Amino acid sequence: MAFDVMLRQLAEGMLGSVLIFALTLIFSLPLGLLVALGRMSKNKILSGFIGLLISVLRGTPLMLQLLVVYFFPYYLFGWSISGWRFPAIIVGFSINYAAYFAEIYRSGIEAVPKGQWEAAQILGYSKSQTFMRIILPQVIKIILPAITNEIITLVKDTSLAFSLSYMEMFTIAKQIAASNTTFTPFVVSAVFYYVFNLLVAFVMRHFEKKLSYY
Amino acid sequence: MYYVELKNVEKSFDDLEVLKGISVSVAEGEVVSIIGPSGSGKSTLLRIATLLETMDKGELYYMGEAAATMGPDNRTVYEKPVKIKELKKDFGLVFQNFNLFPHKSVLNNIIEAPVHVQKRDKKEVIAEARELLKKMGLEDKEDYYPSQLSGGQQQRVAIARALALNPKVLYFDEPTSALDPELTGEVLKVIKALAEQKMTMVIVTHEMEFARNISDRVIFMDKGVIACEGTPEEVFNSDNTRMQEFLGKLQR
Ligand SMILES: Nc1ncnc2c1ncn2[C@@H]1O[C@H](COP(=O)(O)OP(=O)(O)OP(=O)(O)O)[C@@H](O)[C@H]1O
Ligand SMILES: [Mg+2]
Repeated sequence: MAFDVMLRQLAEGMLGSVLIFALTLIFSLPLGLLVALGRMSKNKILSGFIGLLISVLRGTPLMLQLLVVYFFPYYLFGWSISGWRFPAIIVGFSINYAAYFAEIYRSGIEAVPKGQWEAAQILGYSKSQTFMRIILPQVIKIILPAITNEIITLVKDTSLAFSLSYMEMFTIAKQIAASNTTFTPFVVSAVFYYVFNLLVAFVMRHFEKKLSYY
Repeated sequence: MYYVELKNVEKSFDDLEVLKGISVSVAEGEVVSIIGPSGSGKSTLLRIATLLETMDKGELYYMGEAAATMGPDNRTVYEKPVKIKELKKDFGLVFQNFNLFPHKSVLNNIIEAPVHVQKRDKKEVIAEARELLKKMGLEDKEDYYPSQLSGGQQQRVAIARALALNPKVLYFDEPTSALDPELTGEVLKVIKALAEQKMTMVIVTHEMEFARNISDRVIFMDKGVIACEGTPEEVFNSDNTRMQEFLGKLQR
């Protein structure tokens, strides 16, 4: 296989990987915050249930979770799962990453001194105003390094979509490598993940700098 | 009419009785200092007065309006949130450790609540905030962040922030305890100036000289009760044994 053909195929895979990456972040970052708030709820049943959910999601392999999400509509309800492959990947990734992000949010929220809540309360802020205007901006600064770590892991984890035979970077690299008995696609994909993560690190450092004004 | 009125306040944390029936009323323009040994319940009383904490028994009024009254089962019942929200406008609180918002500049710390909570006109609020900063001797610091200021400066910003909401009553919980000794003076001076302008204030403090100088009334709390109360002369010269003991300890 010619190198340029291979590259073109791999490039298509990259697009798939980037798509999984971007959509997962878009869904899991806000979802994680909601989950964290549920986890910290005064309602013992809710917080206990969400705590259990988080521990299961963090305690079992993502690949297994992807398979469960993909196949459960069929096994549970007998529904057809054609066309569900890509959505299932996004749902699986988003839920899994939301669980990780939730714990990061929680630690960040708990790291903001109680006095900040009290000062805002005295100044007449409602709970939600306090959270949005006072607490969350501080939380974001606190958790940014931990979030960066997760995002870097996510870049690499997108390769797990191969378990549902989705045509992302790694799946395609494996196929080309097998059919052409060549090692090159692996090298190309390694370079891809590495450069992707350099980019992620660069962007996140930019955010951290932006937030270092105080 | 009293600006604030606390009646027979009782409060326990689990088995620990912290307040055992405390009544404090503060009239317009009055400066009341609360002194007493550590653990006597001074902060808890302020936290109840500022609705950061709820009391078990007792009543609370602002400007004659009830925030909390005794219910039929002999326990305190608080008014509905709408009413409470309204009454919160009547007071401000200055904390021992300032609790400024670290991600906001000095000016934004001050204008945040008037603009975003009270929805007042931003231009007008900014003009007022600058006036306040001037009074605090911080007119050149409005673009600074709290972490760039000394403790004394931060506390003065915190006072300005509280004043920006035009409270009827201003509470202070040991406003200089977190400060280096050489910085307490600048904060006490600001509070003294407020007293001269007849700002109604309740000040928990360990600064005895200060309490003596600026207060109309001093309340000495010990073990959850008011052990001694009166003009500074009356309290500091009282023959109340616990008061004597407290002053004696301080002098050593
Ligand atoms: N949230 C709480 N939970 C349990 N106990 C508490 C709580 N807040 C205060 N206490 C206890 O109540 C008692 C009175 O505390 P408080 O802070 O009111 O004293 P204080 O007079 O302000 O003392 P200090 O001069 O040291 O500030 C102390 O024994 C304290 O440990
Ligand atoms: Mg105290």
